[in-house]
Amino acid sequence: MAKFNKKKSGDLPAVSTASLPDIVFMLLFFFMTVTTMKDSTLLVENTLPNASEVKKLEKKDRVIYIYVGKPTREYQKVFGTEPKIQLNDKYASVAEVGDYVLEERAKKPQELQNVLTTALKVDKDANMGLISDIKQELRKVNALKVNYTTYEGDAFRNLQ
Amino acid sequence: MPRRGAPPEVNAGSMADIAFLLLIFFLVTTTIETDAGLDRMLPPIEPPEDNVVIKQKNIFTVNINKNGQLLVEEELTDLKKLREKAVAFLDNGGAAQGTPDYCSYCKGKHNPDSSDNPQKAIISLKNDRETKYGTYITVQNELVGAYNDLRNREAQRLYGRDFTEMEAEYLNPETPSKIRDELKEKVQKIQDLFPQKLSEAETSTTN
Repeated sequence: MAKFNKKKSGDLPAVSTASLPDIVFMLLFFFMTVTTMKDSTLLVENTLPNASEVKKLEKKDRVIYIYVGKPTREYQKVFGTEPKIQLNDKYASVAEVGDYVLEERAKKPQELQNVLTTALKVDKDANMGLISDIKQELRKVNALKVNYTTYEGDAFRNLQ
Repeated sequence: MPRRGAPPEVNAGSMADIAFLLLIFFLVTTTIETDAGLDRMLPPIEPPEDNVVIKQKNIFTVNINKNGQLLVEEELTDLKKLREKAVAFLDNGGAAQGTPDYCSYCKGKHNPDSSDNPQKAIISLKNDRETKYGTYITVQNELVGAYNDLRNREAQRLYGRDFTEMEAEYLNPETPSKIRDELKEKVQKIQDLFPQKLSEAETSTTN
């Protein structure tokens, strides 16, 4: 019985927080490695459609992004509500798409220049006319590999 | 000689605070983007030199109008039936047994008025300028799905696993190169059985 008595008499030991930094550092490193800094702010509404037969875009350094959609609310007064193209940080016309792709391609290392994918991030309410024009421009500069970026989900939800 | 006392400990109590600060910064700036989508190849702008003549029966036409309605092979069709129809067309294998075009693995109806074999079958997609992008993606998704269904079936028959799974493993950069070489051959084989021929440009036709 002496054993129990002894324990009772002792003070409650403080919980050691010495390993707390380790845990936090572990989390920190996790987030540091998965972080990708957002490089362009969206000027257009960008609700992507859903699709189920998707493939992942594996390597970010091989992708050129083109955004299409209605201007966001604060820009609607100036630019209206017709879908527009966004390249980098500004609105662009269809004719600028080709130059933009060539410019982006020239920035990439030589060995990647032939394996680039153009990711089209298009709002689901945009019209196909604009997309057809963009595709035509992409064909002109021989950027034939495109990826229609979508969310993963049931494709029939697009119709509602 | 008297025993020396242990060196004074550095107070590491604030280390957690600093680490937390960094952690919160990265938490806020993180966007774990999982970009995925439908991969497509656009046709090259120069038309092919030899003008290939394609039989009308080997073309599966899909038209989308501005209201999102579908005209498949001159017939108004519900979007939910599209995949079924595309599978039936691709898998038809209309060429007679004994001819060089005969398709031995097709499980379709072998209707001589539909596609000869999957290598010849072409899906032609046309859309209106006012078609909604969402509708277009749904149609694309269903057509890719039709190809994937057939490829999965053949992959199951030949290798006992799904084509989509094999392809994902092949494209994943973390897969060891030894396995990838092995997969490449299989993926290529299945792709040859059902090549994706999805045309969005004008196709010249004869009857």
